[in-house]
Formats: sequence, C-alpha cells, structure tokens
Amino acid sequence: MELLLALASGVLYAAGIYLMLRRRLVQLIIGLGLLSNGTNLLIFTAGGLTRGRPPVLAEGTAVLQQPYADPVPQALVLTAIVIGFGLLAFSLVLAHRVHDTVGSDDVDDLGRDG
Amino acid sequence: MMLVLPILVPLSTAAVLMLAPKRPNPQRWISLAGAVVLLASAIAIFLRVNEAGVQVVQISAWPAPFGITLVADLLAAILVVAVGVVGTAIAGVAFSGVDPRREAFGYHPLVQILLMGVAGAFLTGDLFNLYVWFEVMLVASFVLMALNRTRPQMEAAFKYVTINLIASSIFLTALGLLYGATGTLNMAALARAWPTVGSPGVHTVLAVLFLIAFSIKAGLFPLFFWLPASYHTPPAAIGAVFAGLLTKVGVYALIRVFTLLFHGQSPALVWLLLAMSAATMVIGLVAALTERDFRRVLSFNLVGHIGYTTASLSLLTPAALAGAILYVLHHIVVITNLYLVSGVLLRLRRTTDAAGLGGLYRDRPAFAVLAMIPIFSLAGVPPLSGFLGKLAIVEGAFSAGAHWVGGLVLVVGLLTLLSMARLWSDSFWRPAADTPDFASPGAPLVAAITLLSLITVAMTVGAEPLFALASRGAHQLLQRDEYIRAVLGEAP
Repeated sequence: MELLLALASGVLYAAGIYLMLRRRLVQLIIGLGLLSNGTNLLIFTAGGLTRGRPPVLAEGTAVLQQPYADPVPQALVLTAIVIGFGLLAFSLVLAHRVHDTVGSDDVDDLGRDG
Repeated sequence: MMLVLPILVPLSTAAVLMLAPKRPNPQRWISLAGAVVLLASAIAIFLRVNEAGVQVVQISAWPAPFGITLVADLLAAILVVAVGVVGTAIAGVAFSGVDPRREAFGYHPLVQILLMGVAGAFLTGDLFNLYVWFEVMLVASFVLMALNRTRPQMEAAFKYVTINLIASSIFLTALGLLYGATGTLNMAALARAWPTVGSPGVHTVLAVLFLIAFSIKAGLFPLFFWLPASYHTPPAAIGAVFAGLLTKVGVYALIRVFTLLFHGQSPALVWLLLAMSAATMVIGLVAALTERDFRRVLSFNLVGHIGYTTASLSLLTPAALAGAILYVLHHIVVITNLYLVSGVLLRLRRTTDAAGLGGLYRDRPAFAVLAMIPIFSLAGVPPLSGFLGKLAIVEGAFSAGAHWVGGLVLVVGLLTLLSMARLWSDSFWRPAADTPDFASPGAPLVAAITLLSLITVAMTVGAEPLFALASRGAHQLLQRDEYIRAVLGEAP
C-alpha cells in the first residue's frame, strides 16, 4: 500500500511539474493543483499507514493500544487541502484577470509590450 | 498570554476594518490605531523577554509537542517590534492617499492580515504552523499585489504568485517527510529528536528541501529572479512593506532551522548556504549597478544584502550571528524607508527612472537631506547604522577565520556605496530641467520617512546597547538549551 501511494504521489509531482513548465496559464494552474495534491498524499503516506485502527479509546481504557492510525498527519493534510484549495481558487481568478488584461493565455506574452 | 497579542491585534483590527464604513478616513484611523497597539504589545513582549528570558505560550494549554506553541526568544521579540514599527509607518503613509481602487477593495484589512502573518511566523514554535503563517502572509501579499489591472502589475503578480506557490509546495513536502522521519514538527522537540533519528541521507534531503524553500522566499541566488521582477510594480507603500518584512521572514526561517536543526550536522550544507550567499551578494550588487530605475536599484540592493545576513548565518559563530541580527534590523528599517522615498519621487515626478529625476536637491533641499539618511545608511557610510551592521558582520567573519567572506563583504560594500552614491546623485544632485511637481510630496509620507530616519539615527546612537542585545540574541540561538527547556521543560 505504501509503495502504491508513493508511486501515485510521485506521478502527481511529475505531472504537476511537467504541466508547470508548459506555456499556457491553465496548464500551469492545473500543474499547481496536481503538485499540491501530490504533496498532500506524500504527507499522508510519510506519516505511516495503519488500516482499520482509528485513534479512539475503547470503552473503559485510558491508553491507546498500538498500533493505531496517527491522527496528526491527517490533521496536517486537512489543513493543507484547505489552504491548497484557497490558493488554487485565487490563482484561477488571477489567471482569468491576466487573460483579460493581456488578451492571451501564453506565459511568454506576459513580458511583451503592447 | 501576551504572546498572542501581535496575532490577535491585527486580526481584530482587520475584522473591525471590514465592518467599518468603507470611507477612507475611518479606515485609515482604525488601521493606524491597530498598528500602534501592535507596536505597543510588541514592545511589551520584548521588555518581558529581555528581562525574564524566553517566553512560551501553549495554545489551549495543550502541552508541547502536541499543541501549537508560541515562543518568543530575543530574536523573535526584536523582529516583532520591527513588524510593529513598519506597520505603524505603513498605516501612517495611507493618509497621504492610497489608490482609490485598492482602498475600496480592502487595502487596509489586507495590510493588517499581512502584519498578522509576519508576526505569527516570527512567534511560532511549530514548523507546520510556520507554513500556515507563510500562507496567511502570502495570500494577503498576493491580493495586495494584484489589486489593479495594469499590465506590468498583472505580469509581476503572476510571477510572484507562481514562484511562491512552488516554494510553499517544497516547504510542505519537506514538512511531510520530516514528520515521517521524526514524528513531530514542534521546533524544540525536533531539535532534541533530530540527531537521533534517521540516516544521514534523510537529513541531507530534508535540509536541502528547507534550504530551497526558504531561499526562494528570502531571495537567494540562484532563486531570487522573481523578486526584482515584481517588487518595483506595486505602489510604494506596498513595496515598502514587502521589501521590509517578507524577505526577512525567509531569512528568519533560515536562521531558525539552521540554528535549531542543522547546527553542526552537515558541513556541506553550510558551505552550500555560504556559496549561495556569496553569489547573491556579488550578483545582486553588480545587477544593481546596471539599473537606473530607483526602485529596481533598491530591489537588487535588497537581494544583495540578504546575502550578507545569510553569509554570516552560515558561519554559525556568536559574533557572526550577532552581526546578522543587527544587519537584519538595520535593513528592515532602512529598506522600508527607501521604498517610501521612492513613493515621494513618484508623487513629485510620476516616475522613478533616473531619466525623469534629478534636480531635487535644488527644488527640495530639506527632503534631499532627509533622504540622505537612509540612502547613505544603506551604503554603509560611517557612522550610520548600515556601517555598524557591516562592521559587526566583517568582524564576525574575520573572528570566525573566514577571511574571504569578510573581504567579499567589504568589496560588495564598496559596490553598494557606488550604487547608492549614484542613486542619490541621479535623483537629487544631477542638474535637470525645471519640471513642475505633479503632486505635493504628501506630509504623512514625509512624516513616516522622518520617523524611520530617526529610528536609523537612534540605532546609530544606541549602537552599543543594540549590539549587546544582538550578541545576547545570537548566544540564545546557539545555546539552544534555553529555548528547548522553555518549550518542553527539563529533558526526561
């Protein structure tokens, strides 16, 4: 399972970086989205995977029994997803505005005058 | 609970500003009041830290390393005071007029959010929390930068947003791997756990990821190209707060991770940082000499001087680190001030390009003399604060045995002097045709410049206690025990 998730997050990183190297604004933004999702998956995987053992105390016990799923990476991923979503929404609006102002979605046209 | 104030005050000011009438006057006054309260609370924290040592707040009383910890050691406390000073100056500048579009779309609350993000980044004791503050600060800066539809601003904003999002992704990747390797992101707990966990390979990968992420934010060679491409486009007040505070957060993060985590662990990494800093200094200042636009010259000087602080950080001796702290403080005040000076030039002549300037010493002698203070302080002319900062760095470098670093700082200092002398001569001294002023320089703007210049002079006069303070701050950073004990208690 770890291997599968590691591969998935690697593929997301690679696809994200490839798209960010393209010249079109939309591809750049999709690339950013993939990159941030790859990162989220990485945090989740690096924190260790434990299936079917939620970190909840059984009735009448005071200490969690090992092994249990670590709640911290899940909290981190949750925060990162929210932040990533906000930033993605912002960059979409920004790209729309850039397109309105510049009249092109080619990154190379940004620096050109006129 | 005092430590929460630099975060709560701007947050509540921003909330009030969003509810308050959208007319300029109430907005400006509320914003200024918020900034002054922020400054007062920062000074109170600083006095407490100065007297009683490292201060810690565990949010919601969750014990470290499980909850979020706020920590103020001397470095953090001094920097939060600097945030208060810059915030007050910027809020004051708004009285001489903000672009009406920006003001209507939330300029004032955004500045407050930006200040909150910077203060939070300085005070947090948790790396993931640092990431969150980075994002708070960045989103506010993104909107401030993009709140206009002119072509150069759109271009600059897009570059700025993209590179910063990439840096954030790298930072977050490093955090995920770090948690996987150590099981904690609390800085003090990491400092304790770091040497015992993982293989050298893991250490190197993490260290390089952090180095790249923070170097993009701080603007180190070869990752600084976004900075001169974007900082000269927004209005002067926004440029001032970006230049004064945002890159310094990157430097602060580098200082934190290098002193707490990578301390004495990987000589190769320290060499990498030193080489990057040396290249930053030289390339930044050489590029500054090729520019003739006031704000572009400042951008490249900003980049070059970041190299000073990271070069002396990489030496990791108390004297060099004290020099870095002193220089960061000097630089925050002076570079903010210079961007505000560029704002006056913009109002007088509608341009900051050398071709449209000149003759200001003849037209406005008092302002020309006032502008000499930050310009020649940045140049490092004795006895101003820039000279003292450089002196501390050079002394630190020579006493650490890194003679070539000291020599390089001196050579780059000469280039800075050249660049600043030309800047002053281009804008103030050079004879120019009689051109009528487009607008008045703006009394509040000049008042803010005067305030910051007075602080520069005060830093010069009070150099002795200030240097002693920076030395104590540096010792505290290198003797990590006080920080770690304050957060976690005695070692088990």
